[in-house]
Amino acid sequence: MKWLSHGLLLATAWLLAFQPCGMDWPQRWLGAQANLLPPLIVYAALSCGPGFMALLALAGGLWFDALSSNPPGCSSLPLLMVGVAVMRHREVILRKETFAQVTLGLAASAAVPVLQVLLLLTFGHEPLLGWSTLWMWLFMTLAGGFATPLLFWGLDHLLSAVTYPPADTGAYSTAREIVRGRR
Amino acid sequence: MLRKQHWWILGAAALAGLVMLGLPERAASRLKQGAAALFLPLFGLSQTTGRLAEQTGALAVPKSELLRENERLRQENQELKLRLHQAAEWWRENETLRRNLQWKSQSPWKMKLARVIGRDPANWWRAMHIDAGLADGLRPNYPVVTPDGLVGRLHECSDHRSLVVLLGDPKCRVAALVPEAQDSGMVLPGAAASWKNQFVELSYLSRQSELKPGQKVITSGLGGIFPPGIPIGYIADWRLVDGLYVEARVRVAVNFSALEEVWVLIP
Repeated sequence: MKWLSHGLLLATAWLLAFQPCGMDWPQRWLGAQANLLPPLIVYAALSCGPGFMALLALAGGLWFDALSSNPPGCSSLPLLMVGVAVMRHREVILRKETFAQVTLGLAASAAVPVLQVLLLLTFGHEPLLGWSTLWMWLFMTLAGGFATPLLFWGLDHLLSAVTYPPADTGAYSTAREIVRGRR
Repeated sequence: MLRKQHWWILGAAALAGLVMLGLPERAASRLKQGAAALFLPLFGLSQTTGRLAEQTGALAVPKSELLRENERLRQENQELKLRLHQAAEWWRENETLRRNLQWKSQSPWKMKLARVIGRDPANWWRAMHIDAGLADGLRPNYPVVTPDGLVGRLHECSDHRSLVVLLGDPKCRVAALVPEAQDSGMVLPGAAASWKNQFVELSYLSRQSELKPGQKVITSGLGGIFPPGIPIGYIADWRLVDGLYVEARVRVAVNFSALEEVWVLIP
């Protein structure tokens, strides 16, 4: 069943890469587009292995770049970097806490566009930057941050529907020691 | 905790990302076209949804309004027919004069109507997708216009889809003319990305330019990509740069946020 959940995550990345391209009303009304791939990478970094997280970052980034004027790879590397950063500390992250989800979503959504622009400038491209870029960056950060708990909730429900539930351990605690015989 | 084997996997993925970034333009374009082909069903779905919404909206329009609209269009049609007859006469006269003066006649541009099917998802580019491509005879660098004025040029074309870079994008530079000031310059994206892409910068105008707000800016035809005479916008304000040349802010004629259909000019 692991392949099914991985397939669903890849399909989600495919849809999220298309979402700002096909749904342009935030651009029309607010002058900025949100990118929900960073929250998805946060989810993958907390729930999947490093191999699949890397695949998701490469595929999601490539799909995003294929729909934009970005050179290919420009979004994959920032997503991968954010994924690795989250994965390195995932033992100490309380993934079910909404506050943790929002904080991680905000940080990832803020870091990815900055890294993308830095990569573009490093490779000699001329992205359109100005004062309005600050508003766009703020919008992307906030939209990504507040979308993260929704994405976690939706994906948790979706994946739990297609995977086996964890085995029930019952009331018996493995930490309990049964001492037999007389002392 | 990440093990050594995991670091190898992540390193390989990072290397793949760097290789993609360093690909030559042609290979990068092919890779992007291959990846974008996966979105054809979504583009199709988006178009169908848009058409359905339009049809549903059309059903709700009252008959009286449709009749009024029909009458207005009939009048406009008659007016345009008269103008067409007049223009045909001018065209014939122009051709005769050209022949007499032995000037090379200009071949008229063919036009292809295309529907806007998506926007560039990245905030730092000004681009959009249209539903026509190589199969419709389109090629990169063909100009894209609306009845209001210049939109941009084709940047990447696949079989049934093309990416248009809009006026104001760093990849779309246009040689422009201010006929009333009798001066020409270059339309650039500008130092600051403007809200909703309403302004572009017209740079390298001479210091003696007699600019006034509201003066029309059109394509000059220099550069060979855009035909001359297409409206770009209107002068908003201007400033002298380092005492060397004048830079004007131009309010573009086309509302890029409301674009639904565009015309591609085919030479």
